Amino acid sequence: MNVIHSKSFTDSIVARGLTKSYGATPVLSGIDLTVPTGSLVALLGPNGSGKTTTVRILTTLLAPDGGTATVAGHDVTREGVAVRRAIGLTSQQATVDDLLTGRENLELFAGLNHLGGRRARARAQELLERFGLTDAAGRLAGTYSGGMRRRLDLAVSMVSEPPILFLDEPTTGLDPRSRAELWSVIRELLATGTTILLTTQYLEEADHLADRVVVIDGGRVVADDSPAVLKRQVGSERLAVRPARPADLPAAAAALATYGAHLDTEKGELTLAVQDPDHLRRALDSLHAAGIAVAHVELRTPTLDDVFFELTAVAA
Amino acid sequence: MNTHVRAPGDLDTNAGVRAQGGPGMSIPVTAARDLRRLVVRDLRRETRVLDALIVNTALPVMIMILFVYVFGGAITTGSSGLDYIDFVVPAVLLMSGGYGAALTAVTIAEDMTGGMLDRFRTLPISGWVVPAGHVVASVIRNVASSAIALAAALLLGFRPDATPADWALVVVLVTGYVLAMSALAAVWGLLVSSSQAAGAFSFVVLFLPYVSDGIVPAETMPGPLRAFADAQPLTPIIETMRALLLDLPMGSSGAVAAVWIAGIVAVCLPAAALLFRRRTSSGR
Repeated sequence: MNVIHSKSFTDSIVARGLTKSYGATPVLSGIDLTVPTGSLVALLGPNGSGKTTTVRILTTLLAPDGGTATVAGHDVTREGVAVRRAIGLTSQQATVDDLLTGRENLELFAGLNHLGGRRARARAQELLERFGLTDAAGRLAGTYSGGMRRRLDLAVSMVSEPPILFLDEPTTGLDPRSRAELWSVIRELLATGTTILLTTQYLEEADHLADRVVVIDGGRVVADDSPAVLKRQVGSERLAVRPARPADLPAAAAALATYGAHLDTEKGELTLAVQDPDHLRRALDSLHAAGIAVAHVELRTPTLDDVFFELTAVAA
Repeated sequence: MNTHVRAPGDLDTNAGVRAQGGPGMSIPVTAARDLRRLVVRDLRRETRVLDALIVNTALPVMIMILFVYVFGGAITTGSSGLDYIDFVVPAVLLMSGGYGAALTAVTIAEDMTGGMLDRFRTLPISGWVVPAGHVVASVIRNVASSAIALAAALLLGFRPDATPADWALVVVLVTGYVLAMSALAAVWGLLVSSSQAAGAFSFVVLFLPYVSDGIVPAETMPGPLRAFADAQPLTPIIETMRALLLDLPMGSSGAVAAVWIAGIVAVCLPAAALLFRRRTSSGR
């Protein structure tokens, strides 16, 4: 459905040199961003890095001070109406009407997107099913859980079947289960051809969903690459192993020497960079082969802090 | 890459969906339908908030009882020589509708907070229909409140002497007043940054009738207050209503009331539409 409509562009979202200041405070200092049609690009950054400002400019809610941006081939400052017709937006706070039921929310916004009465009702029903809200359709949105509100919010953004969707921190504040449910909904949208720009503070989220990750910090792009390349740049996951008997540490170090293990005598553990699952399995096998009993094994993911530390260090 | 070219043979199942008004529909018709949807939303919300329902149904009756029975015995109507109930009914009708109309500031301010505003702004609708939807819903609700207050007044012994034409003019006047207050409230709700601040407007609207000729004769007030009472819009509106309902001479108050109402509406409705647009294009 959406595939057809979005086919005509190679890149659905193109931003060049976007700048924006609030008073004397620069928020964006030249953002470049390209979202190829049908892909998901994650805008990753800490609070105050300019993610939301970028989204607001691209969704015509805010005029940039400088730079240009086209969405669905339309200039965001000069062709706002055309841009708005091609996009859906899910803001940071879930924006549904708490005093309307889930179904009424969908029917209202379907109507305001100019679907006729019968089509609006059919569309509402379809979205309720697709987003797992059928059972809650008749309840006021104010009684929904955080995850359900987000899903309803996303469903509302999809009533007009926009080929381009902006998701501003869609999973902030959600429990892990609701987050996973939302991720699968987002993946489904992607599978049906929707182009998505998603902002997030979570490296893990960007890694799970994005074809490409644009890391911004202080209103500047500090990295723009595939999640795999970024992670390689930042350093992969680290395996920490602690033998059951501290006396086995030197032997364990010897067994793992070829894996580039680092011995930390203070903590009594060995750490090594994991390249892939097989690499991990072989490392643990070697310990087993050397007859060393292991008390503790831990995989440590690089945190967002690690990413920024690495990337801003590289940039500087 | 600046034009949206569709390859021949492509089926655009969404064309009708996203086209501004759908095929063959003019922009005014589309806007009217959007407006209706927003009005229905507003009225639906109303039925789900108990205190809003109370404001619109029980409050008018309570105000009427309060003035007729509690204050009624202690207030003389001065040189008019009217029974107090006959004297006070126009003011109570306006208070009943006006208070709810002032709350439009709160409902509109709530739509301006959070992402609801962004939601509306990214819809393919004309900017003015959002504030207009609140105003129209407010008029429907609060004219109904005034009608409830009138029913209470008739039960309590209010005996008007009005022709059908007079009644029609009273309806026009009350509707005009509620419309003017709703539009003013919409402007206030769009100017302030929180729904708490928006709520302050209802005090102003609730307070105004006290400093008019509506509840006590203005002639009994000290000089400055009396000057204010004579100059503010409620006095001519109330005097016009009295003239219509009780078959009294109207003088110039009818014309003055009409100018006030038309003036407020003519300034505030476009201002609200403009403010609504401004709030987002320059907003955070």
